[in-house]
Amino acid sequence: MAEATEFKAIGTRPVRPDGVDKVTGRAQFGADLNLPNMLYGKVLRSPHAHARIRRIDLDAARAMPGVHAVVSGADFPGAQHGEIGGEGGGDVADVAKNVMARDKVLYHGHPLAAVAATSQAIAEAALAAIEVEYEVLTPVLDLEAAMAPDAVLVNENCFTKNLPEPAEKPSNIASVMTLARGNVDEGFELADVIVEGEYRIPMAHQGYIEPHACTATVNESGQATVWTCTQGHFALRTQTANILDMSVADLKFIASEIGGGFGGKTVVYLEPVAVMLSTQARRPVKMVMSREEVFRASGPAAGSCAKIRVGAKKDGTITAATAWLAYEAGAFEGAPMGPGAMCVFAPYDLENFRVEGFDVLVNKPKVAAYRAPGAPQSMHAMESALDDLARELNMDPIDLRLKNAVAEGSQAAYGPKFPAIGFRECLEAAKAHPNYQKPVPEGAGRGVAAGFWFNAGMESSAEVHINEDGTVQIIEGSPDIGGSRASMALMAAETLGVPYEKIRVLVGDTEASGFNNVTGGSRTTFATGMAVIQACEDIIAQCKDRAAKTWGVDADQVEWEDGQAIPAPGVNAELKPLTLAEIMKTAARTGGPILGRAALNARGPGAGFSVNFGDLKVDRETGKVDVLSFTAIQDAGKAIHPAYVEGQMQGGAVQGLGWALNEEYIFDGNGVLENPGFLDYRIPVASDMPMIDTQIIEVPNPSHPFGVRGVGETPIVAPLAVAANAVRDAIGRRVHDLPLSPPNVLAAIEEG
Amino acid sequence: MSKVHVTTRVNGDPVEFLCTPEQTLVDVLRDTLDRTGTKEGCSTGDCGACSVLLNGRLVCACLVLAVESEGAEVTTIEGIATEEGLHPIQEKFLEHAALQCGICTPGFIVATKALLDKHPEPDEETIRYWLAGNLCRCTGYDKIIRAVQDAATTLAHEA
Ligand code: FES
Ligand code: FES
Repeated sequence: MAEATEFKAIGTRPVRPDGVDKVTGRAQFGADLNLPNMLYGKVLRSPHAHARIRRIDLDAARAMPGVHAVVSGADFPGAQHGEIGGEGGGDVADVAKNVMARDKVLYHGHPLAAVAATSQAIAEAALAAIEVEYEVLTPVLDLEAAMAPDAVLVNENCFTKNLPEPAEKPSNIASVMTLARGNVDEGFELADVIVEGEYRIPMAHQGYIEPHACTATVNESGQATVWTCTQGHFALRTQTANILDMSVADLKFIASEIGGGFGGKTVVYLEPVAVMLSTQARRPVKMVMSREEVFRASGPAAGSCAKIRVGAKKDGTITAATAWLAYEAGAFEGAPMGPGAMCVFAPYDLENFRVEGFDVLVNKPKVAAYRAPGAPQSMHAMESALDDLARELNMDPIDLRLKNAVAEGSQAAYGPKFPAIGFRECLEAAKAHPNYQKPVPEGAGRGVAAGFWFNAGMESSAEVHINEDGTVQIIEGSPDIGGSRASMALMAAETLGVPYEKIRVLVGDTEASGFNNVTGGSRTTFATGMAVIQACEDIIAQCKDRAAKTWGVDADQVEWEDGQAIPAPGVNAELKPLTLAEIMKTAARTGGPILGRAALNARGPGAGFSVNFGDLKVDRETGKVDVLSFTAIQDAGKAIHPAYVEGQMQGGAVQGLGWALNEEYIFDGNGVLENPGFLDYRIPVASDMPMIDTQIIEVPNPSHPFGVRGVGETPIVAPLAVAANAVRDAIGRRVHDLPLSPPNVLAAIEEG
Repeated sequence: MSKVHVTTRVNGDPVEFLCTPEQTLVDVLRDTLDRTGTKEGCSTGDCGACSVLLNGRLVCACLVLAVESEGAEVTTIEGIATEEGLHPIQEKFLEHAALQCGICTPGFIVATKALLDKHPEPDEETIRYWLAGNLCRCTGYDKIIRAVQDAATTLAHEA
């Protein structure tokens, strides 16, 4: 359907519906709500990376004037094991303990008590008055130490899952997985060339500019209202209900505007604590994390170690590949080992491969999703190995990838057969791109890499109301993190045939909208968009019915065209078309208000592929790497609002480059994060980056009415290896580990 | 702790407030004066989300004590649009899709105002260095830089 269609609204670049409020300071974000009689909540955090809590004494804090609530782990219900709900998911009992420690603290910054007081200063004084006695334990701080047979245990009750035989003794390896096809030994024997490497990437943070913030108010009947900045207020409601053993009906979650999330705002940190404090205090409680708390105790991306081996024939055909992937989960299981393992070979049609994955506990914060969780780490390794392979074979790196690229009908390494996908189209576009034709500037190196992400579907709901003047109100429940209201309005405009300007979009709270899963997995424009389209189709069916009643004909004698009901060919031609406004004028007589709705679990999200390349310059004296140019090419299926698609590609590119070049969690020997601020955890600033050139490829996703594929996550995947490969090209040596920070690059130059 | 009485102007309006001596301007703007358009991303002067103009000079409101605004003129994001409507900088940010989540946007717009007041025709490098104190994690800066360039051109034509 999508190929041949000429679109009117889709593909245009109108101003977003929420735009004016966001450039004037009106838009209300997480920390912008103040309620009358409100208290300030603050969290006491562990000063140790690993310790047993011997005793907590809250009495002195409770006795302080102005303190209205004090809670610790003992005040929370003993959460049962079970699926928590939301992206990345996890276990209820684990998330409950992450929100408030019980018997042990498992990372520096782990919450173990909280207070609510009339001012921030009093709240802070109350925290200082809480007495805690710890038995300090040895922290487990890296993958080697954690995976060693005699390792100190982060969790004495953790037995490795998915082993062929049930584990007999506890381990820091929470679970393992394998993914295999063919016979890798035979495959490697067929190879003319074999490359291998071991790649390490430290933990990194999503770095959203808005810290976590929420305000909770609980009334005397136990009804709670929570205002919070989140990627999914429905998911946070489920999580909070599970952790506090409350009925979902007693929790109303309102999503504020959200100042970035990238996966990190799909799980609760403050919300259950704020609800507990407000329950005790019977007053509204506002909690806002400091930047330092965000770094120390929200969920960064997993650190990783990847070992890759790839063999190929002289013509570039890959004969075998293996990957060994270990991810740091932090204090609780749930590193993105699964998606990392499923992505590592996804772009390539391989007969023989084997992937092993390890989800490993360490005494660091519990990791959270970060844009294509797991893929940047594993694909950095594979795409670096392919670069080495192209060099050995003396082949253009794009040609090598073209030789092995998956296409429609290929069996993906992770299982299913690909429907129409745009990987080859991206590779060919890269090869033909003027930036690729240009010579590499003096002193610089060029890197090429591919990126992949599955994209997600999942549950979405939408309602469409036609106002009495024929204007349109959409109500859905996916927080708008980067322009999704605009894409919903464009898809509704296209489906209904009404101008974009006549459409408004509300991101409803959990009482106003049907269930919507998180804004994550690059699913919103795809899945919530599909719900909006179907709700609009529901509207059209009803409008045809109303027109038929008005005209005294059968509904199948009415058609819908350009936002109006028209008589079908052959039906009394005298009938004048009825616009939405005209239909609404007589709606009371033809059946009442008109409301369309749809609720679905969207299938077939359509895999997203990208090819990126860039020229990076290395200062041989200092090891500093500068990005001279960067080109991102990606298959969007169909770009609904191309400017916001480009924005995803550009933003993901710069995040990926930041991760590659500078960003890392640096821990001291005691597990204390040494760079918990933007000064020392340096994300790219405007003067670090050039313009990011983009090219959108459109190979329609057959499962979506307009051909949409998710676009939000794929962009962060390729830049890590682009940077690594460009530095390799520039200095003539591979730096396997990230970040490519001046000291690391300088060390490599000096070794060479 | 006894509070200090401060008299200042915010976006042209006379304003009085009481604050503690160590309270920052961003706290008072947001929590005492309900001007929540100014955002707080770090409280340490590293993100620029709290950018405001103090007597026309670009500052991080998290690094300014509220008492320092005594007798001063404070301009926040709420004071950028005029009676005629949006300021051209705001319009260009919208047209160029220079915001995704929008949390950095108030800071960028205030910082851009300061830049263009001082350098009406900045080249790309000048823009990038002027705005290097404002972090944006969503856009990769490309569309922000283009919006600023376009706003500069528009303002130069209007002048
Ligand atoms: S909040 Fe002031 S610079 Fe970040
Ligand atoms: S638009 Fe999100 S931080 Fe800039």
